[in-house]
Amino acid sequence: MPAQEIKFYQTGSLVVGNRLLDPERRTVQADMRRPNTLTSGHRACQGCGEALGARWVVDAAHRATGGRLVVVNATGCLEVFSTPYPETSWRVAWLHSLFGNAPAVASGVAAALKVKGRTDVRVVGQGGDGGTVDIGFACLSGMFERNDDVLFVCYDNQAYMNTGVQRSGATPPAARTATTQAVGPEPGNPFGQGKNTPLIAMAHEIPYVATATVADLRDLEYKVHRAMELRGARYLHVLVPCPLGWVTPSSDTIRVARLAKESGLFPVFEAEHGEITSVSKIRRKVPVEEYLRAQGRFAHLFGDPPRADVIAALQEVADRNIRRFGLLDEEG
Amino acid sequence: MLRQMEGSQAVAEAVALCRPEVICAYPISPQTHIVEGLSRLVKSGALAPCEYVNVESEFAAMSVAIGASAAGARAYTATSSQGLLYMTEAVYNAGGLGLPIVMTVANRALGAPINIWNDHSDAMSQRDAGWLQLYAEDNQEAVDLHIQAFRIAEELSLPVMVCMDGFVLTHAYERVDLPEQRQVDDFLPPFAPRQVLDPNDPVSIGAMVGPEAFTEVRYLAHRRHLRALEVIPRVAGEFADAFGRESGGLVRPYRLDDADTAIVAMGSVLGTLKDVVDERRGHGERVGVLGITAFRPFPFAEVRRALRGVRRVVVLERTLSVGVGGVVTDHVRAALDGAMRETSAANGAAPYLWTVIAGLGGRPITTASLHEMIDRAVTERLEPLTFLDLRRDLVEREAHRERAAERV
Ligand SMILES: Cc1ncc(C[n+]2csc(CCOP(=O)(O)OP(=O)(O)O)c2C)c(N)n1
Ligand code: SF4
Ligand SMILES: [Mg+2]
Repeated sequence: MPAQEIKFYQTGSLVVGNRLLDPERRTVQADMRRPNTLTSGHRACQGCGEALGARWVVDAAHRATGGRLVVVNATGCLEVFSTPYPETSWRVAWLHSLFGNAPAVASGVAAALKVKGRTDVRVVGQGGDGGTVDIGFACLSGMFERNDDVLFVCYDNQAYMNTGVQRSGATPPAARTATTQAVGPEPGNPFGQGKNTPLIAMAHEIPYVATATVADLRDLEYKVHRAMELRGARYLHVLVPCPLGWVTPSSDTIRVARLAKESGLFPVFEAEHGEITSVSKIRRKVPVEEYLRAQGRFAHLFGDPPRADVIAALQEVADRNIRRFGLLDEEG
Repeated sequence: MLRQMEGSQAVAEAVALCRPEVICAYPISPQTHIVEGLSRLVKSGALAPCEYVNVESEFAAMSVAIGASAAGARAYTATSSQGLLYMTEAVYNAGGLGLPIVMTVANRALGAPINIWNDHSDAMSQRDAGWLQLYAEDNQEAVDLHIQAFRIAEELSLPVMVCMDGFVLTHAYERVDLPEQRQVDDFLPPFAPRQVLDPNDPVSIGAMVGPEAFTEVRYLAHRRHLRALEVIPRVAGEFADAFGRESGGLVRPYRLDDADTAIVAMGSVLGTLKDVVDERRGHGERVGVLGITAFRPFPFAEVRRALRGVRRVVVLERTLSVGVGGVVTDHVRAALDGAMRETSAANGAAPYLWTVIAGLGGRPITTASLHEMIDRAVTERLEPLTFLDLRRDLVEREAHRERAAERV
């Protein structure tokens, strides 16, 4: 476990009651004077996992760098809901250029800072899964390959949400999106497609790759801090449920993110220079069905008749992750 | 210092004299020698401090330049043809953001069919991207325009494209006067960005703008471009004072004072045209040339003034708007609008305006063909749209095959 040796489960989750901790051991988010880099008033949907994840990540990066931070944002929900002219929710230096070029723009900022001798100022690039794993992929790979001094964060809500929930290369099998509809004999997104971007990032042998979810604030903050301790290209892939696209109640964002991890469908791990260095174990294993049932985008699997075959296939995906990443302790 | 050197090397050294801080590029003929030259200068330490970023595409090249410029670094890149198209989205973005990036376009045709040789289709495809466009007549002017481009770009906070004919200029060995570093430093102050990504004064750049303000944003961009019509000639004037050479500016009239026939053109063909015109002047013909250096913004007033009193105008174009004809012609026609009205008020005769498409995909523009073109112009026998040296046999053969295929 990379994050903490602290094990309080008062809330029935990994969320630690901050009141019980010394102030310096509390999370950035528990601090009344947290920077709120993404401040209130933005236009995200209620319960938006991406808004939550972005604030936690950028706040943590802000603390890790003492506020010496520049953020480059790809087009997508995060950009649109945070900066409707003449307003902005960002309280950091922030640049949006295009949908598919955020990693390269971030490289440009890093190059400028380097040439000016301002290497104390750090660069975070960020985008949605579409902006990262699909249209921005060439720029991302180029940034990795050159080992540019950028932390790139992908907020993965598993579809193109800003344009109305279309399928991306990060959409899971069987999920309903506006372009993989729940109709026909094989409803939803096909099996055998999509890509595992954290593993591809690792194949670049960059200094740091990690995954995280918005269900574990401490782990997410720790990973941002760890990433900012290192130089060179770093990648953080954060699962951020989207109530609109996943068809979940706004109040379920954290719960659904936790189920993604606890079912094994979303492995949470860290890697340095291409090798896995730590894995967040599943604490209480749940069948994928529990995760799927919580979301309207999988509702067609529980109709009449239910698609036990598809659910079993998804369980296999989870089981394979569990084996591959060693997500369960030996005794299970 | 006078040196005999390749155009690309001269441009690389001129750019280096401007002390760019971030250079990013992706190779494409005929731009390659420029970025190779710069990579050597950075790697050897001759150009420092400077970050040279070998990117994975032109789209990334322009994107790196955007990030670097927004973070306050003087940024430069170069490309051609397909590369310019590949970066188009980012080219528009840099224009919209008003980032003073300087980019060399080593002009080359656009495919299909793929063709590495010179014409102006690539830069013309970006004419509405919000960049200033300056066209070099020869390698000396290419050198000088780059030095001026950084000044103009940073003064206006607008990106500038310096266009030079691929191969014809980039690969030509000519005598070039490269200025001293001290001279360039005196002419070009360090980059002081209008707005910069700074943690101490955090701003959001690139926000989304809706219908309530989008028109105003575009209007302000337009106004800034119009200001370039004052800045470009002023900078050219200051350049002439500092370096003792006439280079740049908006338009370049040549022997137009008493001309009744004028050829309008851009880029390296102007040299050949001037030779041809000198010859015809020797025979007493009143022929002149109007070179257009700044295509963006388009200097309507200067073109109109330069062509005042001219009866016959030929626009020699190195690009074709398929299904339409000339591109520069439309601009010249708009410029002449006022002149036409003035002329017709005076004596009822509006000038002729013809388009001649020439030099596409590297087809040489010969003096013989230009003479023939002028012969037809002065006798008013030119078609409204002429393709210079069109190979009729080839066209007929292909047309025949197409007809045969249609019947099948
Ligand atoms: C070149 C280009 N293609 C398409 C779009 C339209 N577009 C804007 S945001 C977006 C979806 C973004 O999806 P993602 O990156 O996953 O972010 P999310 O909105 O889901 O957070 C799309 C398709 C665009 N802006 N630019
Ligand atoms: S659509 Fe989804 S990602 Fe976009 S703002 Fe709403 S909840 Fe967030
Ligand atoms: Mg998304």
